[in-house]
Amino acid sequence: MSSVAQKRGFGAALWDWMTTVDHKKIGILYLIGGGFFFVVGGIEAMIIRLQLLKPNNDLVSAGLFNDLITMHGTTMIFLAAMPILFGFMNYIMPLQIGARDVAFPFINSLGFWMFFLGGVFLNVSWFFGQVPDAGWTSYASLSLASPGHGIDFYAIGLQIAGGGTLMGGINFLVTIINMRAPGMTYMRMPLFTWTTFVASAMILFAFPPLTVGLFFLTFDRMFDANFFDHQMGGNTIIWEHIFWIFGHPEVYILILPAFGIFSEIFSIFSRKRLFGYPAMVFATVLIGFLGFMVWAHHMFTVGLGPTANAIFAVATMAIAVPTGVKIFNWLLTIWGGSISVTTPMLYALGFIPSFVMGGVTGVMQGAAPLDYQLHDSYFIVAHFHYVIVGGVVLAILAGVHLYWPKMFGTMLSETLGKITFVFFFVGFHCTFLIQHWLGFWGMPRRVWTYMDGQGWNTANMISSFGALLMAIGVIVLVINIIMTTVKNVRVGNDPWGDGRTLEWAIPSPPPFYNFTQTPLVRGLDTVWIEKQEGNATGLTFAEPVTDIHMPHGSIIPFFMSVGLFIAGFGAMFHQETSWGLPLLIFGLAWTFVAMAMRSLKDDLGYHVTKEEIQRDVNNASKGGQN
Amino acid sequence: MAEVEMYKRTPIEQDLFVRRSKETMRGQVMMFSLMIFMTLVSFTFVVAYQQGVEGFTKYLVIPVLFLFAAVQVGLQLYYFMHMKDKGHGVPQMFMFTGVVFAFLIPLTFVTIVWW
Ligand code: HEM
Ligand SMILES: [Cu+2]
Repeated sequence: MSSVAQKRGFGAALWDWMTTVDHKKIGILYLIGGGFFFVVGGIEAMIIRLQLLKPNNDLVSAGLFNDLITMHGTTMIFLAAMPILFGFMNYIMPLQIGARDVAFPFINSLGFWMFFLGGVFLNVSWFFGQVPDAGWTSYASLSLASPGHGIDFYAIGLQIAGGGTLMGGINFLVTIINMRAPGMTYMRMPLFTWTTFVASAMILFAFPPLTVGLFFLTFDRMFDANFFDHQMGGNTIIWEHIFWIFGHPEVYILILPAFGIFSEIFSIFSRKRLFGYPAMVFATVLIGFLGFMVWAHHMFTVGLGPTANAIFAVATMAIAVPTGVKIFNWLLTIWGGSISVTTPMLYALGFIPSFVMGGVTGVMQGAAPLDYQLHDSYFIVAHFHYVIVGGVVLAILAGVHLYWPKMFGTMLSETLGKITFVFFFVGFHCTFLIQHWLGFWGMPRRVWTYMDGQGWNTANMISSFGALLMAIGVIVLVINIIMTTVKNVRVGNDPWGDGRTLEWAIPSPPPFYNFTQTPLVRGLDTVWIEKQEGNATGLTFAEPVTDIHMPHGSIIPFFMSVGLFIAGFGAMFHQETSWGLPLLIFGLAWTFVAMAMRSLKDDLGYHVTKEEIQRDVNNASKGGQN
Repeated sequence: MAEVEMYKRTPIEQDLFVRRSKETMRGQVMMFSLMIFMTLVSFTFVVAYQQGVEGFTKYLVIPVLFLFAAVQVGLQLYYFMHMKDKGHGVPQMFMFTGVVFAFLIPLTFVTIVWW
């Protein structure tokens, strides 16, 4: 249980991880699950770039190419970027607010298993040879016409994974509202906690539309409904609206936590309080709100008419204002700071220009008349990769380096980290900068191959070469992780030396109950304040050492998710087979039985006694180095 | 966390508690009667409209029904689900945000998207 490694059988360890309700372990599970899908999506991307390396290429067939781009986009957004961010939120946010766990540990575990099995469900499609192929947006006319079960995997897989995300979001909201340590007012919360809060609120409002849309799609394809079939009185455009009412907030759900991670990094490594903290909070909330008012900018060319286009264009540009506020606040945080250019800081410094470029192209697309030229061209591909890779992925990589010592108690090599950064950063710009021009030169998006002699050859080659550099960067990171784990040099509470928030005042990794005593928060960057006042531990406690109440682990979340996984296959095959419907009913019944077991069996948790905690504290002060 | 705690009230506190409970109870019963009354009025309006009673056009009946419905939702939330009591600020904020979205988005559809 403590940081001392215990020898255990593999089976026992597996059982421990599958039943865990500890937010830190679930955070690590999210990171592992998301990391796995990140690699899968990355391999798909490499094949896409190989196919586009030269004109008239036939490395993959046109159909397989559609499978690849669809699964790449879907995997990266739903199964890689979001879960990895969820991993950080899960691990770090409760520590930042001085809590011992999230509000609903059981639901936390359920959320993870639903995400993971939903992701597996989606990817099982590869083994059936029937893969989603209507793009990650899965526009209805296309997705209803798609033969085979490909789109069924999309609809059901995302439904299961999306349910998990919604639970996770609600859980974070309740945690932040109810479980802040004494003194931690809203305006003293670290910015990563704030962005987690706003992103979770956005999940709360954005995911139900997705759920509805996916159910419509499921019913249309598998249960003979006609929501999107215009011949039967349905409306195919409705899907686009529903999807983007979810979809635009979704991109901000991704970027806000990334902003949070960078805000932490800027102030830690500039050794300054975040400049304009209240403005940052306000900008975050405003972005969260405006994010719901702009969805139709993805549909300018659908033909909504000039009034709608004009209004949505203006609303879209309005978002650039709070985003700009954030950029300037980061710059002013660095300004005059005592800067140390560590690996996380390198990512943060690289993020600013990259993300600004993505934001500028976003505003360009937000101008409706110009978007008629840009829409569905490679320019769009360049834009969203600049915001997603230049924003979200850089934040994830920065977060991995920043929080690795906190999570695993060892420090990733700074040299290798910087090598990763250089390869990744150069590769990223090499891949995507040129794609803006490819768009201007007329290369359409989602195209399987192109003919010679259109002036696109060199640009595509450069782009593919850049992808290779990014892949090398990721491989160096993996090597770094392996080497660091093997060397196993332990670090103290605050390995970066300048930690400002509560997570840096407890051991790395923290004991399973996080805080021996609930801390008292005396201001923004409370640990920094304590240290300035000469309190080397960085903590003032709000209570004496008392027994700590902890929840028991449970395997039930896993079983609930398995039931849904089974039911998904039943729904998919119920039209052509006789066993489909029974399987659907069986799967749902399985889940309901699991739910009943959870409800009927009282689990009051257990107490960690004062003596055990005292013993841990004594051990730490004897053995650990700082 | 979920500690089980026993706390004995002083007689004065007990007194206050009883008085408060009584007031709450009175409020709840009053609001309940009001809601029943509004439901009856609504039904009467609909029946009157169906019977073609002079003046009960659909331009009167439909807005009134909507108005009563809104009041009923409000009463339900504030009286029976205790949103008027202290400590419900955050739920209120989230609910109103949801209400704003649920109002604005369909409004967008019926005004500028499908005009
Ligand atoms: C200043 C802020 C932003 C503005 C003004 C903006 C604007 C736009 C517009 C107008 C489009 C539609 C282009 C078209 O399809 O013709 C678009 C597409 C897209 N944006 Fe942004 N954007 C911004 C920030 C972001 C962020 C932060 C992300 C993600 C983290 C993001 C991700 C995307 C994605 C994924 C698409 C493509 C969707 C598709 O598959 O069609 N954007 N953006
Ligand atoms: Cu958008």
